[in-house]
Amino acid sequence: MEDIYFTTITSLRDRIRRGDIKAREVIEKYLGRAQKLNQRLNAFISLNQEGALAQADKIDQMVASGKDPGPLAGVPMAIKDMLCTRGLKTTAASRILYNYVPPYSATVVERLEAAGAITLGKANQDEFAMGSSSENSFFGVVKNPWDENYVPGGSSGGTAAAVAAGMSVAGIGTDTGGSIRQPAHFCGVVGVKPTYGRVSRYGIIAFASSLDQAGPMTRTIKDSAEMMEVICGWDKMDATTAKVQVPKWSTQLSSNLKGIKIGLPKEYYSSAFAPDTQKVIDQALAVVREAGAQIVEVSIPLTEFGVPIYYLVAASEASSNLARYDGVRFGHRADFSKKPAEDLAEFYSRSRGEGFGTEVKRRIMLGTYALSSGYYDAYYRKACQVRRLLRDQFKKVFTECDALLTPVASTPAFKIGERIADPLQMYMNDIYTTSTNLVGIPGLSVPGGMSSEGLPIGVQITAAHFCEEKMLNVGFAIEQALGIWKKVPNGL
Amino acid sequence: MAYNDWEPVIGLEIHAQLLTASKMFSSDSAAFGGADNEFTHPVTLGLPGALPVVNEKAIDFSMRAGLALNCQIRNRSVFARKNYFYPDLPKGYQISQFDAPLCEKGFVEYFLNGEIKKVSIERAHMEEDAGKSTHFADYTLINLNRAGVPLLEIVSGPDMRSPAEAAEYARMVRRILRYLEVCDGNLEEGSMRCDCNVSVRRKGETKLGTKVELKNINSFRFVEKAIEYEIQRQIDAIESGEKIVQETRLWDTAKNRTFSMRSKEEAHDYRYFPDPDLLPIEVGFDWLEKIKKELPELPLAKARRFQDQFGLPAYDSFVLTQEKALAEYFEQTAKVCGNAKAASNWVMVELLRELNEQKLLVQDSPISSQRLGELILLIENKTISGKMAKDVFLEMLKNPKSAQEIVNEKGMSQITDEGAIVKIIQEVLDKNVSAVAEYRSGKNKLFGFFVGQVMKASRGQANPDLVNKILLEKLK
Amino acid sequence: MISEAQLKRIAELARLQLTEGELALYPKQFSSILEYFEKIAKIPTEKVEPLVTPTDMVQTLRGDEVKPWEHHNESLANAPERSGNLFKVPPVV
Repeated sequence: MEDIYFTTITSLRDRIRRGDIKAREVIEKYLGRAQKLNQRLNAFISLNQEGALAQADKIDQMVASGKDPGPLAGVPMAIKDMLCTRGLKTTAASRILYNYVPPYSATVVERLEAAGAITLGKANQDEFAMGSSSENSFFGVVKNPWDENYVPGGSSGGTAAAVAAGMSVAGIGTDTGGSIRQPAHFCGVVGVKPTYGRVSRYGIIAFASSLDQAGPMTRTIKDSAEMMEVICGWDKMDATTAKVQVPKWSTQLSSNLKGIKIGLPKEYYSSAFAPDTQKVIDQALAVVREAGAQIVEVSIPLTEFGVPIYYLVAASEASSNLARYDGVRFGHRADFSKKPAEDLAEFYSRSRGEGFGTEVKRRIMLGTYALSSGYYDAYYRKACQVRRLLRDQFKKVFTECDALLTPVASTPAFKIGERIADPLQMYMNDIYTTSTNLVGIPGLSVPGGMSSEGLPIGVQITAAHFCEEKMLNVGFAIEQALGIWKKVPNGL
Repeated sequence: MAYNDWEPVIGLEIHAQLLTASKMFSSDSAAFGGADNEFTHPVTLGLPGALPVVNEKAIDFSMRAGLALNCQIRNRSVFARKNYFYPDLPKGYQISQFDAPLCEKGFVEYFLNGEIKKVSIERAHMEEDAGKSTHFADYTLINLNRAGVPLLEIVSGPDMRSPAEAAEYARMVRRILRYLEVCDGNLEEGSMRCDCNVSVRRKGETKLGTKVELKNINSFRFVEKAIEYEIQRQIDAIESGEKIVQETRLWDTAKNRTFSMRSKEEAHDYRYFPDPDLLPIEVGFDWLEKIKKELPELPLAKARRFQDQFGLPAYDSFVLTQEKALAEYFEQTAKVCGNAKAASNWVMVELLRELNEQKLLVQDSPISSQRLGELILLIENKTISGKMAKDVFLEMLKNPKSAQEIVNEKGMSQITDEGAIVKIIQEVLDKNVSAVAEYRSGKNKLFGFFVGQVMKASRGQANPDLVNKILLEKLK
Repeated sequence: MISEAQLKRIAELARLQLTEGELALYPKQFSSILEYFEKIAKIPTEKVEPLVTPTDMVQTLRGDEVKPWEHHNESLANAPERSGNLFKVPPVV
């Protein structure tokens, strides 16, 4: 029997659909491996032991009775713990939701399960997706499967680590300022953030509503395309989903880039990258040139303001989105039995103060400040105005080229604990990823090489609104030419 | 009402619950009542991941109201979050509208003491209601059935100068909303709530005084009483050297006074910002035109038409247009009997008295407009007298038969045959010879006595005009 | 530099009890973060309409239909304290 770990969605689901292998066997094995490796990597907050097996049996019955089990039949998925799963604990990696069991599933989860995918478990992450290292979790730090001294990136670090370590075939992350692409880059997997409005946010715990977008994390571009076909599309439960046709991306992939113009925003290239990162970018450029693409220099003058705009907008929205965690209807409530609250304010403050971690509190504070009377115009409103100017610059750039090729971050993964003490430094690392969310365009990270320490390095491709197919083709060309995706961490 | 050299300044914030079937942003029922926390979809509970989707009908209704309040309708209005913590506010913010409300810059005209008055409408914006807290000594219980029910908040300018004006303005707004069928206007159940902003200033002063917001007022009568109390309280306070504190005060119905809601007024900072979960509401030309076309004739326009078309006095026309159903009843009655003035009198006096006594809505009147019209017609064609008609009317309340049938059954039709009347009169005169002599000797007052005797003898059926005429001749 | 008083006011607005460590850490961190954020002040934005939703979309409206929610027990099971089906909190007012 072929190795069922480190396989692809397409390969595994074909084998299951053909009846070569039972979904139950696949899921039993994955649950076992995930449980074992989780002790080292801490990629999952919880595993869906019974539920996953029940879903697998359903797939096997469908196969046996000749019914179509769906395009993702029997494929185990690591679902970031930001997505609600009915009957399965969903925590956002926060103490404030440590025991929360949703009465409904996110649209993304419903669509995946309807397509035959199996929810293997809930992946670890930064608390409320706030972080770039998966160190801010109430359930402990996630480790990078390539070297356990390093972070897997964040906030979707658990999903990235699970896919990279073969604990799951694929997974779902959420990306508010790079939270899919950066961990994909750090862990050597493909991560796609679709255009804002492609994927329903219904049932996904909100961090920053105008930026959040869920997307696939997989071993290959084709696998991501397969998943996007399932999860994308208008949802009546989310007023910000777009009524735009969902293409059959997986059947249209082409590594021929003739006629494609790839832009290099000079502002992205104005500061030095780590030498290994530079090497990977140069190699990727050589690949796309070879594939027929034309390289042009473009300019996005407001690039340097991406991080401040992003943090102002995201923190402001988060300060309001996280107001619902108040210990009244669900979630953590402080113990008032010994020392009762003196007033209503204390009732809230103690529960919330205990329930949220330091990074989350920091952002709620920043956002509250940015929206408060006397500061609104200078911070929140100003940020939204510059956001429009930034979007205009991106729109203009995409009249000059079809896709942008940039690094995801200036370095590969960093060591656990190395940057956690300096939040501003951590924020500034998001320079290459945040603009994508601010302007709502799609972006992906595809493995492009390895550092001298043996850590993966990804390449970021972005494209205009709803033009995922060009972005996927560029990523596909790089993936096919370099084959980095076939590499597997040692000792797992 | 005079306040010596003081002038009260009053503005109203009316919260009208829109009569949609489902809530503003979720498919939960918006009905009054329900079992404890029965109408609590994840959106209502503010569960993690739940998202609002706007109820189209709530916008329709708000536009209808906005147009009827003579407002401009924004073609792009924005939902904003009003952030504050309270246990019956599930999300920690209320979805409302802030700097881009759907309706703004309108006005309302109403009728008071024989004149038409006008109040400006600053804005009318959509928002969601909060849940309900029930307070006990050592805990509070939260029911979220009402959370998310659509409201339209109608904010008037500070244009009213007396409690009566404020109450009458509020009544007119209620009337309009009921005509539009967008709100049932039930103050007691809270489907309409009136918050009153009251301040006083010295006459001639142009600057506004410190305003106090009055809440918890559940009838128009109390709107008037609460404002009246508050004006006097403020004048007394200022005259005795105190300063008015900007605060919220609640009306205490039992004690007939207002009292301060909080001892320490918290400085609010609602941190309004556009709700990123909702796109701006775009109202295109077609949508607006469709709503405009569907607008019914509004109370004041109807009252004016009643004056022009039927020659009714202003007062009658305003009474008859208080409720759309009443106005329709009147028009139908007038059409059947062909005499609008008579119809107006019958509806305003006899019908409304009976309905009020029996606490019935005009829709549930035991006498339909058709039957009342036919009754009046019998007076018009002199089949019965007005006095007889009142008896028939009373009978009709209990008896579903038509006026004509009742008249026939009871042999009540009017005697218009002169010969028959002459005969009755002769009998009366024969029995009262001495009175006849007194009359003839100059005691003219006795004429009424003879009429009464004749009517009595005819069991009220003799035509009064003929009785008068013939009696005069016979007594010469 | 953001003062401790300002910090406490924001924490009060956000209903967050801060730990001693956070109270010690935040003022300096906030000051450097805000200083960095204030870079955007120099960009001219007069008459620029703020951008909230990044893509151009048509609004999704809902028809006025009631669909009873059927999983109350699952929702209410998450409540920290209840009385019957009502949520229970310490006395308010």
